[in-house]
Amino acid sequence: MSAAATRNAASEWEAVIGLEIHMQIATASKIFSGAPTTYGAEPNTQASLIDLGYPGVLPVLNEEVVRKACKFGLAVNATIAARSVFARKNYFYPDLPKGYQISQYELPIVARGELTILDEEGREKRIGITRAHLEEDAGKSLHSSLDEYTRIDLNRAGTPLLEIVSDPDLRSAKEAVAYMRKVHTLVRYLEISDGNMQEGSFRCDANVSIRRRGNERLGTRTELKNLNSFRFVEKAINFEIERQQEVLEDGGAVVQETRLYDSDLDETRPMRSKEEANDYRYFPDPDLLPVVIEEAFVESVRETLPELPDAKRQRFVEQYDLRPGDAEILTVSRALADYFETAAAHSDPKLAANWILGDLSAALNRDGLEIDDSRISPEGLAELLARIADSTISGKIAKDVFDAMWAGEGTASEIIDSRGLRQITDASTIEAVVDKVIEANPGQAAEYRSGKDKLLGFFVGQVMKETKGKANPAEVNRILKQRLNS
Amino acid sequence: MSVDSRSLHVLTLTELARGIKEGEFSALELTETLLRRIEAHNPGLNAFITVTGEQALASAEAADKARAAGNAPVLNGLPIVHKDLFCTSGVLTTCGSRMLSDFVSPYDATVVARLKSAGAVTLGKTNMDEFAMGSSNETSWFGPVANPWNRDRSPGGSSGGSAAAVAARLVPAGTGTDTGGSIRQPAALTGTVGIKPTYGRVSRYGMVAFASSLDQAGVITRSAEDAALLLGVMAGFDERDSTSVDQPVPDYLAALGTPLEGLKIGIVRQHFDEGLDPQCAARIRESLEVLRAEGATLVEVDLPNLELSVPTYYVVAPAECSSNMSRFDGVRFGHRAADPEDLLDLYCRSRGEGFGAEVKRRIMTGTYVLSAGYYDAYYLKAQKVRQLIGEDFRNAFGQVDVIAGPTAPTPAFALGEKTDDPITMYLNDIYTIGANLAGNPGISLPCGFAEKLPVGLQLVGPHFAEEKLLNVAHQYQLLTDWHKACPGGFE
Repeated sequence: MSAAATRNAASEWEAVIGLEIHMQIATASKIFSGAPTTYGAEPNTQASLIDLGYPGVLPVLNEEVVRKACKFGLAVNATIAARSVFARKNYFYPDLPKGYQISQYELPIVARGELTILDEEGREKRIGITRAHLEEDAGKSLHSSLDEYTRIDLNRAGTPLLEIVSDPDLRSAKEAVAYMRKVHTLVRYLEISDGNMQEGSFRCDANVSIRRRGNERLGTRTELKNLNSFRFVEKAINFEIERQQEVLEDGGAVVQETRLYDSDLDETRPMRSKEEANDYRYFPDPDLLPVVIEEAFVESVRETLPELPDAKRQRFVEQYDLRPGDAEILTVSRALADYFETAAAHSDPKLAANWILGDLSAALNRDGLEIDDSRISPEGLAELLARIADSTISGKIAKDVFDAMWAGEGTASEIIDSRGLRQITDASTIEAVVDKVIEANPGQAAEYRSGKDKLLGFFVGQVMKETKGKANPAEVNRILKQRLNS
Repeated sequence: MSVDSRSLHVLTLTELARGIKEGEFSALELTETLLRRIEAHNPGLNAFITVTGEQALASAEAADKARAAGNAPVLNGLPIVHKDLFCTSGVLTTCGSRMLSDFVSPYDATVVARLKSAGAVTLGKTNMDEFAMGSSNETSWFGPVANPWNRDRSPGGSSGGSAAAVAARLVPAGTGTDTGGSIRQPAALTGTVGIKPTYGRVSRYGMVAFASSLDQAGVITRSAEDAALLLGVMAGFDERDSTSVDQPVPDYLAALGTPLEGLKIGIVRQHFDEGLDPQCAARIRESLEVLRAEGATLVEVDLPNLELSVPTYYVVAPAECSSNMSRFDGVRFGHRAADPEDLLDLYCRSRGEGFGAEVKRRIMTGTYVLSAGYYDAYYLKAQKVRQLIGEDFRNAFGQVDVIAGPTAPTPAFALGEKTDDPITMYLNDIYTIGANLAGNPGISLPCGFAEKLPVGLQLVGPHFAEEKLLNVAHQYQLLTDWHKACPGGFE
């Protein structure tokens, strides 16, 4: 295990965590049938006879699913298996129509990849990806509290999933979240998943164990099921680490089991053993041929790879001279990075970064919008920034213009003109106002001249008030000093 | 020439096709004749689970119209029956099981759809061993089928209903499926022709699975020529079956004229060991002499691992079966237990009541061999032996064109004779199972009688050598009349 394990708050215990991320692959149709994958449809309207497991039907693999799994594999520097095999995982459950799930077992499509995260001290840390395999999702059982029936919705049955299994390289809940975010960012860059966690397109199970620091041997692990938000991943793992710690410190032993995280009570508790005591009797699915992937196919997928988040972040730092932290946030999604680059092409990149991370992000958050739905286009923002740069307006006035743009009042120039916000830089105009202000405040002028320098601020304020904030602040300062000191 | 409609049943499919085409009789007359025969004879045979009289008459009328309009497809108006595990839209598909005794499929199997669009008229669905698991047709929820040659005897299985119906001249052809011999063995026991094509030659879509890596659809007819006619329509790639092979379908009928001169026929010594009934052995040797007299040479070949085929099969087939049967859980279709207490009770009783003893036996065997701790010793080992058996066949076909031998070790055995002894029952498929494990095509054709019961000669060929098998069988039938023999009472 890595010696760079994060210190767990001076604890003598060290956590060892591995994540299994279940990611829905974004395709129009299901993995083994032509039925649509649209979310939120009326129950059982998106399930074909194949998804329903009717007698006699057979699965046919959706090639797009293979392409997208390969894309993921290439993006994490993994090996794409020349031959991978679908297997049947046998168990009975009402929302599993065939009585088995088609998955991959011994020969997954993607093996041995890696990602880099930043650990809690900001250092780069490599996280191994053991494997990623394709499988079909099951349907949903809807247990009603109104009557004694369980209802089955098989719309989700047959939805393509990629299960991404990490090595046990994570040492804290924070690292686990950092890793999960990294994968989340990556798969959206690759456009292989919408990553929508509310709809269950991106969820994970966590394998958690603890051991005394310095101990090489792994402790007994528990599996935490179905964590469907970053926050829950962090809370569930932290709860579980503490729970195991208490068990061990009280002289007990951790039981290898599957536990469910209850977000309402913020605790994990064991699933009933009935639900997990399964021998899945995996064997190769005789209805599907092994998936044979040729080098040419892999190359054709490689050509479709976009610039990946790490490379883009690095480039932003070098090309635009951004702070690494800012570059990290700007590259969290391709849409945000593209927004930045479009804005930066027509304005000062650092200024653009500041505005996007500041005012724009705040406005988006306030209105619950994604960057794609921004009310101000990147070109529009660039125009605003250009007006600051050419001294048409001050940075302070620009915030008002921004708000007006956000409210849909027009472009930066239109708003500046219609509201008469153009900055006053003409020296004679400012001189006239300065003279008027000094004349109106003879007492303060005398005090200033007798050494009370702080009163300059008072005069600046008065001039700005007279000019409704439009006077160029630097000019105001210069002329005030000149007049008061003369 | 005018044909008496009362004697239409004696004609083969090829002869019927000519008669309809020439206007000697109509498809409707033919269908009516056969439906009357089914009505008269089926009660004594129990070959049908469903007779689709109305639909058949409607299709026959449509066929006659198509002929009048000059756009008759290749099988226009020709009657056929389907083994009751081919899904047929709007018609019961029971698989011979209580589990599906009320199941009406919402779609047609590819085989059914292809035959239908070629103009074939479906007269009904035939009886079978439950989910094709059996060699005697006695495991059917709908009762055993009687052998037309002797009603106390089994017609073989699992495609016993189709075989009995064809042997009794109730219909000229029926579809079947063959997982370990389920087409060839009943064909042998009823004096009919049964072909199991190469694995992947015919689509499995809509054919309710027993053991997916072994199941293959084929036909039972009264002549090799008829089998060639039907197979030409049924075979071919289907994008809905990933295991179907994308390879052109040859003109099987055109290949039927090839002389036997120079044909190398492989003989497997173990086929004639003590397990084979002496009279059956004599009939096989006589038939081989007929082929040799026509210029074929007989070459002894060795299939060293063939003796392992039955135990290998009874690991692989139940393993796949145990998984394939899981979808019958009482949740979406099929038998559902009344008033289940909870989910487990729903599963246990629906399956407990819905499946018969043989299906349960195989589910349990299959579950066992796939279980943690046993998988390597059974399933994995069986897969390795299966590879070896495949190599044996490949090596043999490096030396010979076809392998000839018995289809079944004995003629039709008595109903009830083997039902308490599954191992003896399983050994009935000892000569047929190898071709399923190796994926090779095989055909059984009548070659004489033992104690007034038909004996079947089996020919096995290299992958996709159906043309060759059909031609050799056809040449043999040009020289002999065994395939024309009709069981007493069905003339």
